[in-house]
Amino acid sequence: MKTPYNAGRSESPALTNGSGAAAIFSAGIGCFVLAVLAILADKSALVQRSLVFYKPTGPLSGVTTVAILVWLVTWGILEWNWRKKTVPAGRISALALALLVLSLVLTFPPVGDLF
Amino acid sequence: MEITTRALWTLIHGMAFGGLYLLACSGALLGLYQFTTSSTAGEFTPGQNRFMRIYLITMVVVAWAAVLSGAYVIYPWYRAAPPPGTFDLSMFPQHLLMSSPATIDWHSLGMEWKEHVAWLAPISITMVAFVFIRYGHHLRNHRQLRAAVLVFSLGSLVAAGIAGLFGAEIDKHAPVQGGGTIQFGPGGAK
Repeated sequence: MKTPYNAGRSESPALTNGSGAAAIFSAGIGCFVLAVLAILADKSALVQRSLVFYKPTGPLSGVTTVAILVWLVTWGILEWNWRKKTVPAGRISALALALLVLSLVLTFPPVGDLF
Repeated sequence: MEITTRALWTLIHGMAFGGLYLLACSGALLGLYQFTTSSTAGEFTPGQNRFMRIYLITMVVVAWAAVLSGAYVIYPWYRAAPPPGTFDLSMFPQHLLMSSPATIDWHSLGMEWKEHVAWLAPISITMVAFVFIRYGHHLRNHRQLRAAVLVFSLGSLVAAGIAGLFGAEIDKHAPVQGGGTIQFGPGGAK
Protein backbone atom coordinates (compact mmCIF):
# COMPACT_ATOMS: atom_id res chain seq x y z
CA MET A 1 0.00 0.00 0.00
CA LYS A 2 1.28 3.41 -0.92
CA THR A 3 2.11 5.80 1.90
CA PRO A 4 1.05 9.38 1.31
CA TYR A 5 4.11 11.60 0.89
CA ASN A 6 3.02 14.22 3.38
CA ALA A 7 1.42 11.89 5.89
CA GLY A 8 2.55 12.64 9.43
CA ARG A 9 4.47 15.73 8.42
CA SER A 10 1.89 18.34 9.17
CA GLU A 11 3.59 19.19 12.46
CA SER A 12 7.00 19.85 10.89
CA PRO A 13 8.04 23.51 11.05
CA ALA A 14 7.32 25.53 7.91
CA LEU A 15 10.33 26.01 5.64
CA THR A 16 11.40 29.60 5.15
CA ASN A 17 11.88 30.79 1.58
CA GLY A 18 15.44 32.09 2.13
CA SER A 19 17.29 29.00 0.97
CA GLY A 20 15.27 28.70 -2.24
CA ALA A 21 15.59 32.42 -2.95
CA ALA A 22 19.36 32.21 -2.46
CA ALA A 23 19.62 29.37 -4.99
CA ILE A 24 17.40 31.14 -7.52
CA PHE A 25 19.08 34.55 -7.24
CA SER A 26 22.60 33.13 -7.43
CA ALA A 27 21.66 31.10 -10.52
CA GLY A 28 20.47 34.33 -12.16
CA ILE A 29 23.72 36.05 -11.21
CA GLY A 30 25.82 33.13 -12.51
CA CYS A 31 24.05 33.18 -15.88
CA PHE A 32 24.38 36.96 -16.16
CA VAL A 33 28.08 36.97 -15.25
CA LEU A 34 28.68 34.34 -17.92
CA ALA A 35 26.95 36.48 -20.56
CA VAL A 36 28.83 39.64 -19.52
CA LEU A 37 32.20 37.85 -19.49
CA ALA A 38 31.48 36.40 -22.94
CA ILE A 39 30.94 39.94 -24.27
CA LEU A 40 34.02 41.31 -22.48
CA ALA A 41 36.19 38.49 -23.83
CA ASP A 42 34.92 39.28 -27.32
CA LYS A 43 35.58 43.02 -27.02
CA SER A 44 38.86 43.20 -25.14
CA ALA A 45 42.03 41.39 -26.20
CA LEU A 46 43.38 41.76 -22.66
CA VAL A 47 40.33 40.13 -21.08
CA GLN A 48 40.35 37.47 -23.77
CA ARG A 49 43.99 36.57 -23.07
CA SER A 50 43.48 36.56 -19.32
CA LEU A 51 40.54 34.16 -19.63
CA VAL A 52 42.47 31.46 -21.46
CA PHE A 53 42.68 28.94 -18.61
CA TYR A 54 43.00 25.95 -20.93
CA LYS A 55 44.61 26.77 -24.27
CA PRO A 56 42.82 24.22 -26.52
CA THR A 57 39.43 25.58 -25.37
CA GLY A 58 40.55 29.22 -25.43
CA PRO A 59 38.79 32.04 -23.53
CA LEU A 60 35.63 29.92 -23.19
CA SER A 61 37.44 28.00 -20.44
CA GLY A 62 37.94 31.17 -18.38
CA VAL A 63 34.54 32.69 -19.12
CA THR A 64 32.73 29.59 -17.87
CA THR A 65 35.07 28.82 -14.96
CA VAL A 66 34.86 32.36 -13.57
CA ALA A 67 31.08 32.46 -14.02
CA ILE A 68 30.68 29.13 -12.23
CA LEU A 69 32.91 30.29 -9.38
CA VAL A 70 30.97 33.55 -9.03
CA TRP A 71 27.69 31.57 -9.05
CA LEU A 72 28.84 29.07 -6.41
CA VAL A 73 30.44 31.66 -4.13
CA THR A 74 27.38 33.91 -4.37
CA TRP A 75 25.15 30.93 -3.66
CA GLY A 76 27.21 29.97 -0.62
CA ILE A 77 27.15 33.50 0.80
CA LEU A 78 23.41 33.99 0.20
CA GLU A 79 22.58 30.53 1.54
CA TRP A 80 24.55 31.28 4.68
CA ASN A 81 22.76 34.59 5.20
CA TRP A 82 19.23 33.74 4.08
CA ARG A 83 18.75 30.05 4.95
CA LYS A 84 16.71 30.68 8.08
CA LYS A 85 15.06 33.90 6.92
CA THR A 86 11.94 34.84 5.08
CA VAL A 87 12.98 37.16 2.27
CA PRO A 88 10.98 39.10 -0.37
CA ALA A 89 10.98 36.12 -2.73
CA GLY A 90 8.76 37.80 -5.31
CA ARG A 91 11.20 40.61 -5.97
CA ILE A 92 14.24 38.33 -5.75
CA SER A 93 12.73 35.80 -8.17
CA ALA A 94 11.69 38.55 -10.58
CA LEU A 95 15.23 39.92 -10.56
CA ALA A 96 16.69 36.44 -11.07
CA LEU A 97 14.33 35.79 -13.99
CA ALA A 98 15.25 39.15 -15.52
CA LEU A 99 18.93 38.20 -15.25
CA LEU A 100 18.21 34.83 -16.91
CA VAL A 101 16.36 36.47 -19.82
CA LEU A 102 19.11 39.09 -20.16
CA SER A 103 21.68 36.30 -20.25
CA LEU A 104 19.83 34.50 -23.04
CA VAL A 105 19.64 37.76 -25.01
CA LEU A 106 23.19 38.99 -24.30
CA THR A 107 24.79 35.72 -25.39
CA PHE A 108 23.13 36.15 -28.81
CA PRO A 109 26.11 37.49 -30.85
CA PRO A 110 24.29 40.30 -32.74
CA VAL A 111 23.18 41.72 -29.37
CA GLY A 112 26.64 41.34 -27.85
CA ASP A 113 28.08 43.15 -30.86
CA LEU A 114 26.04 46.26 -30.00
CA PHE A 115 28.38 47.01 -27.09
CA MET B 1 30.50 0.08 -40.50
CA GLU B 2 33.02 2.39 -38.92
CA ILE B 3 33.19 5.66 -37.04
CA THR B 4 36.08 7.90 -36.05
CA THR B 5 36.73 8.50 -32.36
CA ARG B 6 36.04 12.22 -32.79
CA ALA B 7 32.71 11.51 -34.48
CA LEU B 8 31.87 9.06 -31.69
CA TRP B 9 32.60 11.71 -29.07
CA THR B 10 30.43 14.17 -30.99
CA LEU B 11 27.66 11.58 -30.98
CA ILE B 12 28.03 11.02 -27.23
CA HIS B 13 28.02 14.78 -26.59
CA GLY B 14 25.11 15.62 -28.89
CA MET B 15 22.86 12.59 -28.70
CA ALA B 16 23.64 10.80 -25.45
CA PHE B 17 23.99 13.93 -23.32
CA GLY B 18 22.37 16.79 -25.24
CA GLY B 19 19.53 14.80 -26.77
CA LEU B 20 18.76 12.98 -23.54
CA TYR B 21 18.73 16.27 -21.67
CA LEU B 22 16.28 17.85 -24.12
CA LEU B 23 14.00 14.82 -23.86
CA ALA B 24 14.18 14.90 -20.07
CA CYS B 25 13.34 18.62 -19.90
CA SER B 26 9.73 18.26 -20.97
CA GLY B 27 9.23 15.48 -18.42
CA ALA B 28 10.83 17.58 -15.70
CA LEU B 29 8.61 20.56 -16.48
CA LEU B 30 5.48 18.43 -16.29
CA GLY B 31 6.63 16.60 -13.16
CA LEU B 32 7.63 19.80 -11.38
CA TYR B 33 4.35 21.45 -12.27
CA GLN B 34 2.28 18.51 -11.02
CA PHE B 35 4.36 18.07 -7.89
CA THR B 36 4.42 21.69 -6.85
CA THR B 37 0.92 22.85 -7.76
CA SER B 38 -1.11 19.96 -6.39
CA SER B 39 -3.41 21.27 -3.68
CA THR B 40 -4.08 17.85 -2.22
CA ALA B 41 -1.55 16.91 0.43
CA GLY B 42 -0.76 13.21 0.43
CA GLU B 43 -1.29 12.86 -3.30
CA PHE B 44 2.30 11.80 -3.88
CA THR B 45 4.03 8.79 -2.35
CA PRO B 46 7.61 8.80 -1.00
CA GLY B 47 8.48 6.62 -4.01
CA GLN B 48 7.23 9.25 -6.44
CA ASN B 49 9.10 11.94 -4.55
CA ARG B 50 12.29 9.86 -4.65
CA PHE B 51 11.82 9.22 -8.37
CA MET B 52 11.51 12.95 -9.06
CA ARG B 53 14.65 13.66 -7.07
CA ILE B 54 16.64 10.99 -8.92
CA TYR B 55 15.22 12.24 -12.23
CA LEU B 56 16.40 15.80 -11.54
CA ILE B 57 19.82 14.71 -10.24
CA THR B 58 20.28 12.63 -13.40
CA MET B 59 19.39 15.71 -15.46
CA VAL B 60 22.02 17.73 -13.57
CA VAL B 61 24.68 15.10 -14.28
CA VAL B 62 23.68 14.85 -17.96
CA ALA B 63 23.63 18.65 -18.38
CA TRP B 64 27.11 19.08 -16.91
CA ALA B 65 28.41 16.10 -18.92
CA ALA B 66 27.05 17.74 -22.09
CA VAL B 67 28.71 21.13 -21.58
CA LEU B 68 31.99 19.75 -20.21
CA SER B 69 32.39 17.19 -23.01
CA GLY B 70 31.49 19.89 -25.51
CA ALA B 71 33.92 22.49 -24.17
CA TYR B 72 36.86 20.30 -23.25
CA VAL B 73 36.71 17.36 -25.68
CA ILE B 74 35.02 18.47 -28.90
CA TYR B 75 35.50 22.25 -29.01
CA PRO B 76 39.34 22.00 -29.11
CA TRP B 77 39.02 19.81 -32.23
CA TYR B 78 36.49 22.25 -33.69
CA ARG B 79 38.62 25.36 -33.20
CA ALA B 80 42.04 23.83 -34.01
CA ALA B 81 44.08 26.10 -36.27
CA PRO B 82 45.30 24.62 -39.56
CA PRO B 83 49.04 24.77 -40.29
CA PRO B 84 50.00 27.56 -42.74
CA GLY B 85 49.43 26.56 -46.34
CA THR B 86 46.67 24.04 -45.59
CA PHE B 87 44.16 23.89 -48.45
CA ASP B 88 41.98 21.02 -47.26
CA LEU B 89 40.16 22.42 -44.21
CA SER B 90 37.93 19.40 -43.62
CA MET B 91 39.81 18.57 -40.41
CA PHE B 92 39.42 22.14 -39.11
CA PRO B 93 35.64 22.77 -38.82
CA GLN B 94 35.76 26.37 -37.58
CA HIS B 95 38.10 27.44 -40.36
CA LEU B 96 36.13 25.43 -42.91
CA LEU B 97 32.94 27.30 -41.94
CA MET B 98 34.73 30.65 -41.99
CA SER B 99 36.22 30.02 -45.42
CA SER B 100 32.90 30.56 -47.22
CA PRO B 101 30.35 33.40 -47.03
CA ALA B 102 27.65 30.74 -47.29
CA THR B 103 28.70 29.06 -44.05
CA ILE B 104 30.50 31.72 -42.00
CA ASP B 105 27.40 32.55 -39.91
CA TRP B 106 27.21 28.96 -38.68
CA HIS B 107 30.34 29.87 -36.75
CA SER B 108 30.03 33.61 -36.08
CA LEU B 109 26.41 33.35 -34.99
CA GLY B 110 25.70 29.66 -34.37
CA MET B 111 28.79 28.47 -32.53
CA GLU B 112 29.39 31.83 -30.80
CA TRP B 113 25.88 31.65 -29.32
CA LYS B 114 25.87 27.92 -28.65
CA GLU B 115 29.19 27.80 -26.82
CA HIS B 116 27.95 30.30 -24.23
CA VAL B 117 24.19 29.83 -23.99
CA ALA B 118 24.56 26.09 -23.39
CA TRP B 119 26.04 26.76 -19.93
CA LEU B 120 22.80 28.37 -18.74
CA ALA B 121 21.19 24.91 -18.83
CA PRO B 122 23.32 23.14 -16.18
CA ILE B 123 23.38 26.20 -13.93
CA SER B 124 19.59 26.48 -14.09
CA ILE B 125 18.81 22.79 -13.66
CA THR B 126 21.27 22.46 -10.75
CA MET B 127 19.35 25.22 -8.98
CA VAL B 128 16.01 23.61 -9.85
CA ALA B 129 17.13 20.23 -8.49
CA PHE B 130 18.44 21.82 -5.30
CA VAL B 131 15.24 23.76 -4.65
CA PHE B 132 13.08 20.71 -5.36
CA ILE B 133 15.13 18.48 -3.07
CA ARG B 134 15.09 21.15 -0.35
CA TYR B 135 11.37 21.94 -0.54
CA GLY B 136 9.68 19.07 -2.37
CA HIS B 137 5.91 19.23 -2.13
CA HIS B 138 6.23 22.26 0.19
CA LEU B 139 6.96 24.34 -2.91
CA ARG B 140 3.22 24.63 -3.37
CA ASN B 141 3.30 26.93 -0.33
CA HIS B 142 5.95 29.17 -1.92
CA ARG B 143 4.30 30.55 -5.05
CA GLN B 144 7.18 32.84 -6.08
CA LEU B 145 9.85 30.16 -5.65
CA ARG B 146 7.70 27.69 -7.56
CA ALA B 147 7.20 30.13 -10.43
CA ALA B 148 10.93 30.86 -10.59
CA VAL B 149 11.81 27.15 -10.58
CA LEU B 150 9.39 26.48 -13.45
CA VAL B 151 10.63 29.44 -15.51
CA PHE B 152 14.28 28.50 -14.94
CA SER B 153 13.41 24.94 -16.07
CA LEU B 154 11.90 26.42 -19.21
CA GLY B 155 14.96 28.66 -19.65
CA SER B 156 17.14 25.59 -19.33
CA LEU B 157 15.12 23.87 -22.07
CA VAL B 158 15.43 26.93 -24.34
CA ALA B 159 19.20 27.19 -23.76
CA ALA B 160 19.73 23.48 -24.40
CA GLY B 161 17.46 23.68 -27.45
CA ILE B 162 19.47 26.54 -28.98
CA ALA B 163 22.72 24.67 -28.32
CA GLY B 164 21.33 21.42 -29.72
CA LEU B 165 19.89 23.03 -32.83
CA PHE B 166 23.08 24.87 -33.76
CA GLY B 167 25.24 21.91 -32.74
CA ALA B 168 23.40 19.61 -35.12
CA GLU B 169 23.52 22.10 -38.01
CA ILE B 170 27.17 22.98 -37.48
CA ASP B 171 28.11 19.31 -37.41
CA LYS B 172 26.19 18.83 -40.64
CA HIS B 173 28.04 21.64 -42.43
CA ALA B 174 31.48 21.01 -40.92
CA PRO B 175 31.66 17.72 -39.02
CA VAL B 176 34.37 17.11 -36.47
CA GLN B 177 36.47 14.37 -38.03
CA GLY B 178 39.66 12.49 -37.42
CA GLY B 179 41.20 10.39 -34.71
CA GLY B 180 41.31 6.62 -34.77
CA THR B 181 38.70 4.55 -36.53
CA ILE B 182 36.38 2.21 -34.66
CA GLN B 183 34.98 -0.63 -36.74
CA PHE B 184 31.65 -2.31 -36.04
CA GLY B 185 30.93 -5.70 -37.59
CA PRO B 186 32.95 -7.63 -40.19
CA GLY B 187 32.15 -5.20 -43.04
CA GLY B 188 31.99 -6.15 -46.74
CA ALA B 189 29.18 -5.80 -49.28
CA LYS B 190 26.21 -8.16 -49.36
